[in-house]
Amino acid sequence: MTQDLGSTIPTRANWAEEAVTTAAAQEAQNPHAGAEHLTREEQVLARIAKARSRKAKIKEERVTLSHGAGGKATQTLIEAVFLDAFRNPVLEQLEDGAQLAMAWADGGTGRLAFTTDSYVVSPLFFPGGDIGDLAVNGTVNDLAMCGARPLYLSCGFILEEGFPVADLQRIVASMAAAAAAAGVQIVTGDTKVVERGKADGCYITTAGVGVLERPVVLSAAAAKPGDVVLVSGPIGDHGITVMLARGELDISADIVSDTAPLHEITAGLLDAAGEGVRLLRDATRGGVATICNEVAVASQVAVVLDEAALPVRPVVNGASELLGIDPLYVACEGRLVAVVAPEQADAALAALHAHPLGDGAAAIGTIKDDPPGLVLLRTAFGGTRIVDLLVGDPLPRIC
Amino acid sequence: MKFVDEFRDAGMARTLATQIAALCEPGRHYKFMEVCGGHTHTIYKHGLEDYLPETVSLVHGPGCPVCVIPMGRVDDAIAIAEHDDVILTTFGDMLRVPGGRGSFFDSKAAGADIRMVYSPLDALKIARKNPDKRVVFMAIGFETTAPSTAMTVLRAAAEGLDNFSIFCNHVTIIPAIKAILDSPDLRLDGFLGPGHVSTVIGCRPYEWIARDAHKPLVCAGFEPLDILQSVYQLLVQLKEGRCEIENQYARVVPWDGNPKALQVIGEVMELRRHFEWRGLGFISHSALQVRERYARFDAERIFSVPGVRVADPKACQCGEVLKGVLKPWECKVFGTACTPETPIGTCMVSSEGACAAYYNFGRFSRDRVKEATRT
Repeated sequence: MTQDLGSTIPTRANWAEEAVTTAAAQEAQNPHAGAEHLTREEQVLARIAKARSRKAKIKEERVTLSHGAGGKATQTLIEAVFLDAFRNPVLEQLEDGAQLAMAWADGGTGRLAFTTDSYVVSPLFFPGGDIGDLAVNGTVNDLAMCGARPLYLSCGFILEEGFPVADLQRIVASMAAAAAAAGVQIVTGDTKVVERGKADGCYITTAGVGVLERPVVLSAAAAKPGDVVLVSGPIGDHGITVMLARGELDISADIVSDTAPLHEITAGLLDAAGEGVRLLRDATRGGVATICNEVAVASQVAVVLDEAALPVRPVVNGASELLGIDPLYVACEGRLVAVVAPEQADAALAALHAHPLGDGAAAIGTIKDDPPGLVLLRTAFGGTRIVDLLVGDPLPRIC
Repeated sequence: MKFVDEFRDAGMARTLATQIAALCEPGRHYKFMEVCGGHTHTIYKHGLEDYLPETVSLVHGPGCPVCVIPMGRVDDAIAIAEHDDVILTTFGDMLRVPGGRGSFFDSKAAGADIRMVYSPLDALKIARKNPDKRVVFMAIGFETTAPSTAMTVLRAAAEGLDNFSIFCNHVTIIPAIKAILDSPDLRLDGFLGPGHVSTVIGCRPYEWIARDAHKPLVCAGFEPLDILQSVYQLLVQLKEGRCEIENQYARVVPWDGNPKALQVIGEVMELRRHFEWRGLGFISHSALQVRERYARFDAERIFSVPGVRVADPKACQCGEVLKGVLKPWECKVFGTACTPETPIGTCMVSSEGACAAYYNFGRFSRDRVKEATRT
């Protein structure tokens, strides 16, 4: 039969053999101490936990799309490339924005929040918004998540040769409107034009400065067992809207992006729940699941979510079912996740409900002490599962 | 959501779970294989194992379409994609599958034009829009997806499109089940049959499993209650000493299958003499190839496909996992060398793959998870 196969002697996948050897060598270096009392399965799981806590290392030779998707690959890229080179105590926090203690020459002090973000959305215009208001709201929200009052933005444009000026004007007009709505001024900027084919129409980078007027220090590492996890409204609207707007799926649905500035709703939340607010995150790329994983790892706690309590619009649920993706990983551009001390949870939820952007707010889970670093989900069906970080973009399943 | 919520009712699940527990004979262990990757995904996504007694274990079968693709076929597809005038299209799940020299994602990052599509018809659209390019669709999947590939070829023929072809990797389910039943180290009590495959082939092709191999099979749907009910039906059969093919998924699966779909497959494709399966090796008459009369749509005839064969890495035990002999965590490289970030074996790639499903949704001591999720 073998001569029928007509093929050459099989080659070997060298990268795979190397990966196996490396892992075995690492394993041999630090054998798991005190593992004798564990069952074999538990030993394997302990080994995995250890492998996961190892220093991030980029294995790919080139950047792939996964590195931009907000999941594990993005984290690895940030930690292994950027953090490694730029390392300093502020950056190491890896929060949505840097929180900076300032001391002026005249003796005054204060705290600033500083952040930057780039926008490359395709299509540039989608139901409920466009790249312009996204670029303003996204940076405003990163400042708001630090607990800051956003003040000033910069903007950098990278334009492709041939890009219609009318489209640019439309984008800039919606940036101006979004800035006015968020109470910020765009005070500096830059423009570059690249040859046709070297960019996809229009990319925008914004940076923002805000002032921290409240004494709160918000951090992904601040969650404590017993805390309550809140979300400010239905999740996944933006991601699903953009996916459908690309027109590749031949699905149409009555849905618009949730892009919105969150500085007012966070101010209301911080006024109502004060120091009970441990952390705020806007659930952008990677969705609510990714944020919960960041919290679980940074705070070394378990985040336990309740699927039945997750606010998800039926159309988002339906589109996700069709595409085989999980709304927990789908991006929002105007929703925040808050972790709040149990005593202030009711007040915090009431404060979210009091704002028009928060009328769909809900308590979606709690913080537990064990198993640290994991996000668990009580499924609506009554089972349990792990909600892990995705490696890259959520890829549709085949059947 | 209509047509979904009614199959995810927790109250009904509790009732079924009680009945399942009552059917289990004390001291007896039951081992059922869910054939389809879609089943595996449902089991983990909904946390279904929490409803089953510890004496009932579900073994993950070989029906995950990307999991059975050997590294060599990925290398062959990448070799096609590396032609300057080629746009290679495939399903999203496939993009991360590792070949001997890397995945489609890596090849895309290195400059090849590789695009994700949701349907082969999307690939056809790309071909129409890019008449100066040759568009190749890497077709994968069991009988479930074969009809849509075949339809696409017929459409291309009708339109006279001469820049479209398929790289056919369609496989058939029955030889895979045979291979599993032939494996000496696996003791199974029955099968949850592949629901979506059966919408095409029907239930008749399974009859030999009950008759000759003496294993009951219940053709199962993909919602969590479907799976619980199918387990229940298997246990009832065992209790009553029956061994039959039953159709739990009758709302979608006709007993005789879909004759139109079968006819379309037969028009465009024929059985290959042999095809290499990841981890299972060569299985004769287990895959489909394009018929001579549609040769001009067959990428294997148009391009000189290198026919690369890549040996599975020595430590990789995908074969044992696919056959259900090993649980994912029993594989030597599970979670250390082979992770979802850097999968060595295909089972770690797709969320339908047994290893990825276990790693993403299931790993961790059930006791600690139960304690944490207690209300």
